[in-house]
Amino acid sequence: MTLDRAAQTVYTMWLREMIRFSRSKSRIIGALATPLFFLVILGTGFSSAFQVRGGGTFDKGYLAPGLIGMSVLFASLMGGVSIIWDREFGFLKEILIAPVSRFFVSLGKAIGGVTTAMIQGILIMIIAWLIGIHYVSFWGVLAGIAVMFISGIGFIGLGIAIASKIESHEGFQMVMSFLTMPLVLLSGAFFPISNLPAWLKILVYLNPLTYGVEALRYCLLGNSTIPVWQSIIVLVIFSIAMITLGGKLFGKMRA
Amino acid sequence: MLYAIETSGITKRFDETTAVNKISISVKPGELFGLLGPNGAGKTTLISMLSTMIEPSGGSALVWGYNVMKDADAVRQNIGVVFQDTTLDDRLTGRENLDLHGRLYGLDGITRKKRIKEVLSLVELTERADAIVKTYSGGMMRRLEIARGLMHHPHVLFLDEPTLGLDPQTRMHIWDYIKKLNKEEGVTILLTTHYMEEADKLCDRIAIIDNGQIVALDTPQDLKNSLGGDVITLGLGNPGDVDKLCNSYRKDGCANIITQNQNEVFITVNNGERQIPHILLLASQAGIPIISVSLRKPTLDDVFIHYTGRAIRDKEVSVMEEVGYKMRSRRK
Repeated sequence: MTLDRAAQTVYTMWLREMIRFSRSKSRIIGALATPLFFLVILGTGFSSAFQVRGGGTFDKGYLAPGLIGMSVLFASLMGGVSIIWDREFGFLKEILIAPVSRFFVSLGKAIGGVTTAMIQGILIMIIAWLIGIHYVSFWGVLAGIAVMFISGIGFIGLGIAIASKIESHEGFQMVMSFLTMPLVLLSGAFFPISNLPAWLKILVYLNPLTYGVEALRYCLLGNSTIPVWQSIIVLVIFSIAMITLGGKLFGKMRA
Repeated sequence: MLYAIETSGITKRFDETTAVNKISISVKPGELFGLLGPNGAGKTTLISMLSTMIEPSGGSALVWGYNVMKDADAVRQNIGVVFQDTTLDDRLTGRENLDLHGRLYGLDGITRKKRIKEVLSLVELTERADAIVKTYSGGMMRRLEIARGLMHHPHVLFLDEPTLGLDPQTRMHIWDYIKKLNKEEGVTILLTTHYMEEADKLCDRIAIIDNGQIVALDTPQDLKNSLGGDVITLGLGNPGDVDKLCNSYRKDGCANIITQNQNEVFITVNNGERQIPHILLLASQAGIPIISVSLRKPTLDDVFIHYTGRAIRDKEVSVMEEVGYKMRSRRK
């Protein structure tokens, strides 16, 4: 397959995700509402009750990167797992029978999904800024968007891998609740990870989302518990590993 | 290239069953070829192998000169497939579905626009092209799928039960489209069906397939002629008499072919109208009460009964149950 054809395949799959995304306005609103409730209600409640060790306040600002990370996680996992719907509604056959490389099909699907995840992440970032959260610099914001992209690709790869293995959409519900909630709760999105007991610390440090949230926190707020270069390295390795795995499993998938 | 599709001994085994058992067929370019058989006969499995969806367990197949296993991409570029179940994206418009398909098959922008216009008018969907597919009726969706299968000018088109679940009027419409695109676009078509009428009306040649094997292959007319005359159907009140009655006709030698099912006897004779009195006389001599008699020109149904020993409908219920069971167990 020529490079031109590969690019066309990726673009086609991306285009499809974009058209579908633009038609599902209620889904977008729903996806934005959850993190915003957390941000406003939880943020206000926390800041009235706690103080972070060392004097800094624990408030909406502290929560924002975590909530951006959470919505990127939801959107990109969903984007990958949507292959299950494609199979359920038959469209998957149309893709599998086309004379194109499956790898580029899944790559296109991934880039499409990550685009929607980034749009949602950026929207939350903007809304958070509008309600008064202060970001350190413009370049930090751009770096934050790059972090969304890298971690989004990783979770989409994971989603595609899961979708290629799951036989039905009943399994999908189970995966979503057994995967997303622990990932979010164990990520430091809602609490500082500097003084955790050992058992919790292990789980938190094994969680790829932790590094996404920490990297975002550094980019947007200028401080993080895990050094930012470490977070970036972990995220890049995670993403490459997951997209390779997803692409491989999708290649073997049967309609 | 002599044949558009050529299989030799192609076989597909699943865990315990052999869905397709050493089938060899040759389809000429431009031919409209039908695979006729009950559900579960192996038609869909055969199409899935020819369209590179699943790999054969044995034998080989060439589609438009390319090997389905070694040259899958070349095969895919040259075929269009319309599956039994819909494979459209129902959140997109008809036009968008066609456009995405064109892109996946490497058509440039100008070609896509031109081709979309052509295929839409072929299936008469131009006016509804910009509506979301979700709002389409079953017949419209099937037409859109046929249009999409034609987008990239395939040489061979596979249609798996193209009119399944459609009302009679829509079915006739689809038949017209299929004939039209076979004639006007010169596409070689392989279709599967379990509707006798469909196979009879549409196909140049028919392969009757049962339990994964071809039991007869010819033009619809020659298949019917092979039965040797008109079919007289005798309904018997007592199923126990069936064998006895058949024997007395065999002894007499008046019939070309005698077949039976639970409580009916089918006799194929020349000049059926003139034979009825003789046939009934033999029955009353044997002391067997006949409760109904009918005479008709042979149909593909009779051909099917002749070659498989049962009507195509007989098997349907049990097979549907089996399929349902398989679907459920696969979900686990």
